Amino acid sequence: MAMTVATANLVELRNLKVAFDGVRVLHGIDLDVARGEALGLVGESGCGKSVTWLAALGLLPGKASVTGSVRLEGRELCGSPRSTLEQVRGGRIAMIFQDPSSSLNPVLSIGRQITEALAIHRGLRGEAAKTEALRLMDMVGIPDARRRFDLYTHEFSGGQCQRLMIAMALAGEPDLLIADEPTTALDATIQAQILDLLIRLQAETGMALVFISHDLGAVSQVCERVCVMYAGRIVEEGSVAQLFSSPRHPYTRGLFDAIPRIEGPRKRLIPIPGTVPNPKTLPKGCAFAPRCSRTTAFCETSPPSLLPQKDGRKLACAHPIELAVAGKTERRVPEDLLQ
Amino acid sequence: MIRFVLVRVMRAVITILAVMTFAFVVLRMSGDPAEVMLGPDVPQNVIEAFRKSWGLDQPLWIQYLAYLKSIFTGDFGVSMRDKAPALQLVLERVPATLQLTVPALILKLLIGIPAGVYAALHRQSFADRGVILLAILGFTIPSFVMGLVLVLIFSVTLGVLPSGGQETWLHGILPTLTMSVGGVGILARFSRSAMIEVMGQPYIRTASAKGLKWRDVVWGHALPNAAVPIVTIVGFMVGSLIAGAVVVESIFSWPGIGRLLIVSVSNRDLAVVQCILLIVAGTMVVSNLAVDLLYGWLDPRLRSPASH
Repeated sequence: MAMTVATANLVELRNLKVAFDGVRVLHGIDLDVARGEALGLVGESGCGKSVTWLAALGLLPGKASVTGSVRLEGRELCGSPRSTLEQVRGGRIAMIFQDPSSSLNPVLSIGRQITEALAIHRGLRGEAAKTEALRLMDMVGIPDARRRFDLYTHEFSGGQCQRLMIAMALAGEPDLLIADEPTTALDATIQAQILDLLIRLQAETGMALVFISHDLGAVSQVCERVCVMYAGRIVEEGSVAQLFSSPRHPYTRGLFDAIPRIEGPRKRLIPIPGTVPNPKTLPKGCAFAPRCSRTTAFCETSPPSLLPQKDGRKLACAHPIELAVAGKTERRVPEDLLQ
Repeated sequence: MIRFVLVRVMRAVITILAVMTFAFVVLRMSGDPAEVMLGPDVPQNVIEAFRKSWGLDQPLWIQYLAYLKSIFTGDFGVSMRDKAPALQLVLERVPATLQLTVPALILKLLIGIPAGVYAALHRQSFADRGVILLAILGFTIPSFVMGLVLVLIFSVTLGVLPSGGQETWLHGILPTLTMSVGGVGILARFSRSAMIEVMGQPYIRTASAKGLKWRDVVWGHALPNAAVPIVTIVGFMVGSLIAGAVVVESIFSWPGIGRLLIVSVSNRDLAVVQCILLIVAGTMVVSNLAVDLLYGWLDPRLRSPASH
């Protein structure tokens, strides 16, 4: 079983499950990340987007129980010793977080925090580390890096802190960068800058990118492939074009219907009724059934599995929305989202 | 920065002045040194002469002004009992007190902080609960009870350590232990809660996510952030190095400042009491000042001018 055959995929998650104090929040995630690809992970807060990757890197608190398989180039990470994980973190898979200002250490200088990562993963110290750190700061667009090397987190703006987080993440030259809602806490104009930066860096370095967000517009700009998650499961997976032109899971469609449009006649937004179910009292069948307009008795008793479809996407729904017929498409996605 | 220091020094002077004034007034309102010193059966004219020679016949505010004047010229008065300069009497006792309080402080730091950090990192474990329980016991048991219990165990029952006096270093063990128990408990509690708070912060997750070893995450990233509340407590402990041993010195007949204070208060030996209180207030104020400066060194956010 544990054959370490080199696969095209950089990371493979298989049946990844997470429970906190016996309450399961992740119900078996299967997910592949290919080298150099940009994958979006979309869903409401609490659906397990971040937990998936925190679990994969062993960053969840001790009370979380994680089962399943996480493979990096065929090498199992789940349950591997701490020293193995410490080499992977930052060196192979780096992660940046939602709130950049509180994700940087307030009492250590920025320079020290970046050079620390350089020392661990690239053995750079002293002047060499400083030179490289300055190059990284320059690369992520921190003006006047030399003068600001010894400053502290509170002396930078939120957007600059996120740039510094990215610089720190790049320090280990990772093969995969997990960006966990990197723009959520930032102003709209700064968001666009950070997205541009991520797109540019991904192209320059060739690293893979997992972009976790609830902002479909941002996902469409950054990613090629999207996974939609709901209540700890992936419910639909496909290319950006597939999902955006013809969402088939009622939840995916609900997400699009809730985006305001700029052009065209003003229309009332269609919100998804109800709220995300409590992980403690998840419905027996499909977790989305109580909020879904297409629910049948079948949905309420049997949870659907994620199955491959003819057009290459994967879908977990017993009564999906019909595939849109070309030419008759009612466009649900604002043009500007697809650029 | 200069303004910050000036403001702090001004505040320190005012604090010391307030302590001096309070001590001066209360001591003179609460009993007549002449009667205490000379005893009840002394003729009235002897008492009058005593009062006159120590200036106690003057109105209170004139005595006060004279006292202030002599303090500012470096004259701390003369002991009514020993007829020796008060400052000299007090300073003679300082080393004895420090012999107890400094080792006690070191014990508090060496046991309290690591115990608290360990408990925080192993939250909800058996060790954590043990630390909490011992810490609560440590700082809820008053030192006079703790001292007597230790004497009962080590002097009376086991007979391995002396119960009082200052002859050898063995005599210092029980008083030092008695004094450190409470501080260990307090430091353990504070270190634990400070570390728990810090370990839940996003930047700790960041530090782990970049591949730092766990040890470096704890000592390099977490502890510096938990240091401010811990330093505050340690500051109080340093400030009470001189005054903190009153009860313990009495229990173990240790000839330090604490014993001198008790004897001097009961004798209404005004100059000595005032001198002790001045030194105690001085150390407290100086250690508070040091703590304030340390804050800025520990946390760059407190260094920026906006926060003053």
